Amino acid sequence: MDTVKKEHQLIVSVSPHIKSEETTSRIMWSVNAALLPATVMGAYFFGPRAVFILAIAIIAAVLSEYIFQKSLNRKVSVNDGSAFLTGLLLGMNLPPSVPFYIPIVGSFAAVVITKQLFGGLGFNVFNPALIGRAFLLISFPKLMTIWKEPTAAFIQFDAKTTATPLGILKEEGVAKLMEAFGDNISLYTQLFTGHRAGSIGETSSIALLIGAAFLLYRGYISWHIPASFLGTAALIAWIFGTKGALFAGDPIVHLLSGGMLLGAFFMATDYVTCRSVKIGQILFGIGCGFLTMLIRLKGGYPEGVMFAILIMNCFSPIIDRGFKTKVFGARKEIKESKK
Amino acid sequence: MSLATFKGGIHPPDKKDISKDRSISPAKPPKRVVIPLAQHIGAPCKLSVIVGQEVKKGEVIGAPEGFVSAPVHSSVSGKVIAIGEFPNAMGRMVMSVVIENNGKEEWTSLKDNPDYMKLPPEELRAKVKDAGIVGMGGAAFPAHVKLSPPKEKPVDVVILNGAECEPYLTADYRLMIERPQEVVEGLKVLMKILGVNKGFIGIENNKPDAVEAMKNAVSGESNIQVCPLEVKYPQGAEKMLIKAAVGREVPPRGLPMDVGVVVHNIGTATAIYEAARYGKPLIERVVTVTGEGIKEPKNLMVKIGTLVSDLIEECGGFKSEAAKVVSGGPMMGFALYSLDVPVTKGTSGILVLPEEGVVHAEEFGPCIRCGRCIDICPMGLMPSMLSILSEKGFYEETKEYNLFDCFECGSCTYVCPSKRPIVQLVRLAKSLVKP
Repeated sequence: MDTVKKEHQLIVSVSPHIKSEETTSRIMWSVNAALLPATVMGAYFFGPRAVFILAIAIIAAVLSEYIFQKSLNRKVSVNDGSAFLTGLLLGMNLPPSVPFYIPIVGSFAAVVITKQLFGGLGFNVFNPALIGRAFLLISFPKLMTIWKEPTAAFIQFDAKTTATPLGILKEEGVAKLMEAFGDNISLYTQLFTGHRAGSIGETSSIALLIGAAFLLYRGYISWHIPASFLGTAALIAWIFGTKGALFAGDPIVHLLSGGMLLGAFFMATDYVTCRSVKIGQILFGIGCGFLTMLIRLKGGYPEGVMFAILIMNCFSPIIDRGFKTKVFGARKEIKESKK
Repeated sequence: MSLATFKGGIHPPDKKDISKDRSISPAKPPKRVVIPLAQHIGAPCKLSVIVGQEVKKGEVIGAPEGFVSAPVHSSVSGKVIAIGEFPNAMGRMVMSVVIENNGKEEWTSLKDNPDYMKLPPEELRAKVKDAGIVGMGGAAFPAHVKLSPPKEKPVDVVILNGAECEPYLTADYRLMIERPQEVVEGLKVLMKILGVNKGFIGIENNKPDAVEAMKNAVSGESNIQVCPLEVKYPQGAEKMLIKAAVGREVPPRGLPMDVGVVVHNIGTATAIYEAARYGKPLIERVVTVTGEGIKEPKNLMVKIGTLVSDLIEECGGFKSEAAKVVSGGPMMGFALYSLDVPVTKGTSGILVLPEEGVVHAEEFGPCIRCGRCIDICPMGLMPSMLSILSEKGFYEETKEYNLFDCFECGSCTYVCPSKRPIVQLVRLAKSLVKP
């Protein structure tokens, strides 16, 4: 008995006594890292101005969260990386030509109004970055729809303004789009690398896919939402994509342009505002894909990803109520009760 | 080849290497034992000795009260020196008998009956009952109760649970390696009692040598099958094991009997063999003393009632980093606040965890609804919702989310990136609402 340290202070707590190493902040920072390739491509195509906009959006997001939490005497949680992520995503969703106060306004709307006023991380109904962007699009419609031509070199300050591929598609049709990019192959290539007009972080499909592959590999997102989102959108684009003819649309153009990939892999999959049950996720993704294409093909805007995801965010609680998981062994119970 | 398993589950590091190669050795005879009269689920035993009385090994010191109960026997020969309330591993005070060991190891009576398999089922069942055998995996449910299925619930399969899915523990593993024949004999006794001709032995595949040993041991038995299982916690939970081994799903809040199955643990099977053949009561069991905080990890044959402090001492004591001592496995075991608590029939291991491996009252964050707990819940529940409702005091509403189907395996709490005490909040809700 004497060799046992009687004075040893034992820690007592209820089971389980071990936990995984996964933490919320590790997940958030991993998503930030997954966005890095697309960020780099954005900087490459849209120059130093794009970098400033991203930086301002991030700093504004982190600062507004810090100030909000400090002033309400709450625990400051900026280290968890979620405010950083919101700022980054917002910045990536802005045109590269916006004035520098725009990301500040947007980040404030995203972090304070959408997230903190609803109770902070975990309680927001809507995707913060998308509300931030929607807020800006409605408040500053002009500024938010001026697009710059991408440049091949990092240093170029006075790029021409131009239209996005979706803008051309909406206003002038597919023939004009081909003309603008040369031919089919050239169009696809440029959409794939990201050499096109658009929001800072949405243009490079390859960079976004690399980031998405990382998240899928690490298990931070599952295939359910992106697959159902993109699959539904592609199907609708194929069937109804060309006016006057069925089954003649070009799904590839639709998938690779606008914010489709950024939205499907990085925004619709936001844990807090999507659904946690797999079947609910698939419904959520189908809804997103459907609404995106409805807006793109029939709506007043050339792009519909943002509103589609925000609208589906509204449905999330209902989807959650309607699609609970099946309890182990439950089917048998139903059979028996029928007898 | 994909292995038999269930949907969900987690993969904590199994940490079996710490103790898996230590053969079972008898623990030093304790100077005294503290034997609780309630070591099982069900009614506590009625005291049948008095202070000062001399007892022998295997003598009944507590007689069962009611059907769901099991007798308690002395694990040493010696003198009863005290009877009173002593703390058990769960931190409760329970009526216990303290016996001073005279070291003579005198048995009441043990006789070898090599023809035990010729005994009628009722007689074998009575032997199991008289031996005070309970489920030795941790739940400690009286074994004979499971062996007395009501007529309307015919049983056609017996499964031995060799999953040992809790990390660290190696007690059942050692039994399968060292005494495979006894395990099989125990299973055969169980099958005979229940009149069943299908037996399965489910073993997680991180113990290939145990699978091999058991396969060899059943080579002559056409109606017993060894079933390697995917390594996944909680593979050894009764319902999960049944699903994996025979593909049947026990209905919510039902019993294995509802799908014609009886499950017993490996340790229980060996105890049943010894009871059937020698009439030996359950007075000792294999306990794995392990963890990063113990100097010499061991698998010990321990007399029931031996204090944990004696075992720690026998295993060389704590390393400096020892911070937490757990009775049972790290997922469902109980943290000890005192080392002066006895090993009981359900104690499968004593786990000494270092400071960094320990989770205790740490701060936790909000649910970010990542859905990990939903994906891994073996019962198909939504632990995230249960925890949110319970946290906010909506206890009644937790029932809509099938609160009482949770068997508290703790997998949700293990995976939660926000470190939320999910299973604890579930327990809180369970204690405050009626089913």
